This record gives sequence, structure tokens and C-alpha cells, in this order.
Amino acid sequence: MQFLETILANLADWAPRLSEALVTSLALTCAGFSLALVFGLSIEYFRNRSAASIRLIANVYVAVARGVPILVILYLIYFGLPASGIVVSAFAAGTIGLALVYGAYLSEVFRAGLGVIPRGQREAALAAGLTPAQTFRLVMLPQAIRHMLAPLLVNLISLLKDSSICALIAVPELTLTSRAIMSESFLPLHVFALTACLYFAMAWPASLAVRLVERRLARGPTRWRQPDAEANLLVQSI
Amino acid sequence: MNNAMMNRIVDALLSGAIVTIEVSLGALALAMAIGLTLATIDNLARARATAFVIRVYVEALRNVPSLTFLFLLYFGLAALGLRLSSLTAAIAGLGMIGGAVVFDIFRAGFQSVPKGQSEAAAAIGLKPLAAFRLVILPQGLRLALPPLGNYAVGLVKDTSLVAAIAAPEVMFNARQIVNETFATAWVYGAAALLYLALTFIVGQAFVLFERRLEY
Amino acid sequence: MTDTHTLLTVDRLNKSYGALPVLKDVSFTLGRGERIALIGPSGSGKSTCLRAINFLDPPTNGDIRIDGELIGRRADGRPMTDAELAPQRAEIGMVFQHFHLWPHLSVQANVALQPRKVRGLAANEAAKLADELLAKVHLGHKSGEMPSRLSGGQQQRVAIARALAQQPKLLLFDEPTSALDPELVGEVLTVIKELANEGRSMVLVTHEIAFAREVADRILFMDGGRIVEEGPSRRILDHPREPRLRQFLSSLSLPEGRP
Repeated sequence: MQFLETILANLADWAPRLSEALVTSLALTCAGFSLALVFGLSIEYFRNRSAASIRLIANVYVAVARGVPILVILYLIYFGLPASGIVVSAFAAGTIGLALVYGAYLSEVFRAGLGVIPRGQREAALAAGLTPAQTFRLVMLPQAIRHMLAPLLVNLISLLKDSSICALIAVPELTLTSRAIMSESFLPLHVFALTACLYFAMAWPASLAVRLVERRLARGPTRWRQPDAEANLLVQSI
Repeated sequence: MNNAMMNRIVDALLSGAIVTIEVSLGALALAMAIGLTLATIDNLARARATAFVIRVYVEALRNVPSLTFLFLLYFGLAALGLRLSSLTAAIAGLGMIGGAVVFDIFRAGFQSVPKGQSEAAAAIGLKPLAAFRLVILPQGLRLALPPLGNYAVGLVKDTSLVAAIAAPEVMFNARQIVNETFATAWVYGAAALLYLALTFIVGQAFVLFERRLEY
Repeated sequence: MTDTHTLLTVDRLNKSYGALPVLKDVSFTLGRGERIALIGPSGSGKSTCLRAINFLDPPTNGDIRIDGELIGRRADGRPMTDAELAPQRAEIGMVFQHFHLWPHLSVQANVALQPRKVRGLAANEAAKLADELLAKVHLGHKSGEMPSRLSGGQQQRVAIARALAQQPKLLLFDEPTSALDPELVGEVLTVIKELANEGRSMVLVTHEIAFAREVADRILFMDGGRIVEEGPSRRILDHPREPRLRQFLSSLSLPEGRP
């Protein structure tokens, strides 16, 4: 097909630029997600503190992060901060902006992941003499992780897609680079179709992985099976 | 910051807000139409090919960034001779991606309707299409409302991207005003507040829907 | 040769879920105006057998005939689709253990749906019929309510009215009182008894043995997917022959051999 031929003909020119841009997109995604994890855990931690003012700040932050477009936050950081003397690179602005927004989403994932564990689990652990820290580490966290794996992965994929927004603050990631190539080559359909395929190649396997994780979760825990009668007898004889 | 400048900023943002609302409503309508139609077909069709084709559409659109897709429609189609206006490309692009998202929402909603409901419908002699229309669809729609509300809020935020294809919505106008006035923090801060207001209204609207449809 | 007294024929019904057989060569007949109760321990296959009659759980092998007509299979022997099954199902009324009333429709609309949408009655005729049937199950005053506002016993009675609205040849009851609080069981059993006294043909899967004794003409005891013993209800319950039936009845603390 003529379409594919055109792409192949230009590939030598486009490939290096697009690969570099792709790496930048991935770097943005990873940096943004790591920072978002930190923000998310912090927010969830602060939301459980007893001081009402701290809880309020955390909740306001989440509400704002969920109600304002990422683009606005990126503009505020990249264009707005310099007036106050704080100048950040485009990449840093992109990372921080993405992390601020996704930190709020992830805090919700953490809250749900921990909240879905039956209350009795924690009570049984405390009643057995475990400290709160041990309870969290040995009882709550392992169970919570199982429930959080899929939503965390979904957010990662979403963040990968949203990393494209950083194109609008001139981060040389995939979407911006493909736009630049379009202006030079006048082949918008080919370039953007190729770019779309590249994103798809990254995002789709990940979303398949999500479905796999969800399916295995639905099958129920195989490690925490009911102890059989023999084991019960052994325990009773101790 | 004098009064005249403030008025200009407010004017720019409000006229942008109107376009934001237009694009949001247009894309929402398109997304609902596509999503509901596909979910209905998917529920009733027995040919595996149908489900497969729908799946291909959904997977393709859900794994591509909105911005990239908007560029593809706005610039890419122009190269083929189909020159879409900014608004048309905006609504079409966000609407098509939304259709894929809404499809998954409705599909999950229909599957969440308890199996006994469709069994009872079959037991009285309703054919599958009638059973879907009278029993599954009404209940599935109610179950789908909360995630639909989330989608709608996300859609309003995504309209900020259509500034990149020259649609005169909030961020497009905001950028122009900043270029003239250099009141960066004020303008973008005001834009943020505007979006907060819009997303809050949309969120509340869906909460009201849910409450009205409660049984 | 069609026997005009026989309404339902179940002939060598077999069903397996994969490698697991749940019905093994189940055969019985139901006469017009007759009432049969299926009893047995959990997992005996009684509900599966019932649900095979209107092909909600299609059997792997075996024939179901109502008034001589083969249910669920086309002329060439291949199984029917749900759309093709609809007219046959319309003649069979089913009452489910968990009622399955449609929550988004009022009580009256639940009962009127079948007459309106399947038999094509006009809206006001269907509504009138629904109200009559609701009065019959002693719920005429609840016609405009939503199902979620009713107690379990009331919902099940509405479900019975809904099945009656089909003007069915045959009524199937799948453990109609098993999901009810004990104090609500009586009102439902009363309604079923009234229907029995009208001479309706019924197949009843139930744990209420005393009720089965009173209402059913014949009782079929199932265990492990087979009919182990069958016969007139009084004889079966008062003088059980098969050891497994004796075991089952004694586990329910019923005295064997009434005087």
C-alpha cells in the first residue's frame, strides 16, 4: 500500500527522532508516576491524621487536582512560576504537573485498596498482639496490594497517554516531535498514524496485563486457602 | 491589574467557556450515542465477529492519547482533502474516543444487572431484544450513571486540549490574553477556577440524575 | 397418539456440567390438573430438573414435551435460541426462589408486563388483569408500590401473580419459600395452596415437606441426580421404601410411619 510505502521511505529520517522522543515520553511517564506514588501515599497518610486542618488541606488538594485540567496546571508551573522567580525546565514542569494530578488519583486508589479489607482483619491482628506497624506491614498491605495492582496499572497507562499533554509546554516527547515532523514533511496522516501506533504499542499490552491481573484476582486467593483438617488438629495439639 | 484588563480577562475566559461547554456537550452526545449503540449491539449480537470488530474499535481508541488523535483528525484528514473545522474535529475526536470509553461503561453496567433479572424476563416469554429493552437497559443505565459522571467530568477537562487545534475555548483564549497582558498567574489561575466550577456543576448534575432515578 | 390427560412428559433427562453429571436419566409425567413435588437433599438436581423444563438450564440429553409439543428443540433436533424459545416459555409460569421482580417497575407493571408485551393486551386491559391477580394474592392494595418497598413474602406473592398473568398451562415453583424469613413463609404457602385447590398443574421444588404432603398429589424424591422413589405423597412420606429417602426424611425430623 502506498501509505505504508511512504512511511517506510521516511523511516530512516523519522525513526531516530521518534525513538528519542519515545524515550522522553517513557521517562516522563516513569518520573511522573514515581513522584505521583510519593504524593499519593503522603496525601492518604495526611488524610488519616487527626488534625482537621491537615485533613482539609489534603482534601482540598485532591478536589482541585481532580477538577482542573492537567494543561492548566502545566501552564501554571511552567509559565506562571517564573514570575515568582522559580524557573523549571519543561521536563520538570511536566513531571511535577503530572505527579500532582495523578498523586490525587493514586491517593484514592490507596484509600480504596485499604478500605476494602474487612475491618475484622485489622482487629484480629491487633487482638493477637501485633503492633499497628506490624499489622499494616503483615496483614493490611499484602492484601491491599492485590486490590491495588490493577487500578495502579490503569493509572499508569492513563499517565502515559496524558504525557502527550506535555507537548503543549514544549517537552520534546512523542506528540510534539511528531507534530514537528508533520510541519516539515507535510505528511500529517502518516506521521500521526505512526505516532498513534507507537502509543498503542506501549499502552495496549499494559491494558491486557490489567485484564489478566483482574481475572486472576477474581479467581480468589489461592495462597490463603482454608487450612485442612489435619493442620487444624496439629494446631490444636500444640 | 486595572479594571480594563480584568474585564478583558473575564471576557476572554467566559467566551472561551461557552465554546468549552459546546464542545463538551457535543462530544458527550456523540460519545453516548456511539457507546450506547455499540453496547446494545454487543449485548444482543450472537456473531463473534461483531464483538471482535467492536473490540478492535474500542481498544484502538482507548490506547491512544486524545491529543494525538485530535492532531490526527485535524491535520491528518486535511491532507486527504477533508478539512474539518476546529470545533468539528474537537467534537468528533473527543466524541469518538468517548464512544469507546462509554461503551465499556455501559457494557459493565449491563453485565452488572443480576442474572436473575434476565432469567425472569426470559421465563415469561420475552424475546431477547424486548427483554434487553424493558429489563436490562433501564437497570444497566442506572448502574452506569456514576462512571458516566466521572467520564463527563474528565471530558470537560479534556476540552482544554482542543486549544491545540485552534478551537477558541478557555485555554486558547487564556493563552492569547497572557501573551497580551503577561498576567500569567492571574489568567491561568482564573482559568483553573473556571474549570473547577464547570466540573463541579457537571458532577453535581450527575448526582442529581442518580438520585432522581433511584428506586 | 396424544394422551389428553398428560400435560408434561419428561423423558430421560440428562445434564452434565462438563464432566460433572447433575441429572441422570430423569423421567416422569405430569397429568393435567396434577401437582408434583420434587424433594431431596441439596445438590440432588431438583432445581436443575425444574429449570430444564422451560430450558433455562437446557438439558444435555432428553426430551421435554408439553401437550405433546417438544420443548426447546427445533424440528431438526437442534436446540432453539432464546428468541425461538420465547413463545413456549410464555405458556410456562415460573416462580423463582429469589423472586427476581424487576425493581425499576411498579408492582402492577411487573405483573402487567407479560400480558402487554408478550400477549399484546392493551395497556388498560393488562393493568386491569394485573390488579385482579394482585387481589387474588391478597396484594391489591400494593398495586402502585415499587417492589423494594415490599417484604419478601409480599414480593414472592407478586411474583406468583406475575406468573399467573401469563395464563400458563403449567406452573413451576423453584423453592419459593427458601429465601424467606420463617414468619413470611406461611402467606406464600397459603397462596400456593389456593392455586392448587383451583386445579392448576404444578411442579413444585420445595423443602417444606409437610406442605408438599398437603398440596402435591405425587412426590418425587431425588438424590444424586436421579429419581430414587416416587409415588402418592401420603404413601411416600408415611411409608418410605428406599433407605435414602428414609434417611432424608429422618434428617428432617419427621416421624416415620404415621398412624
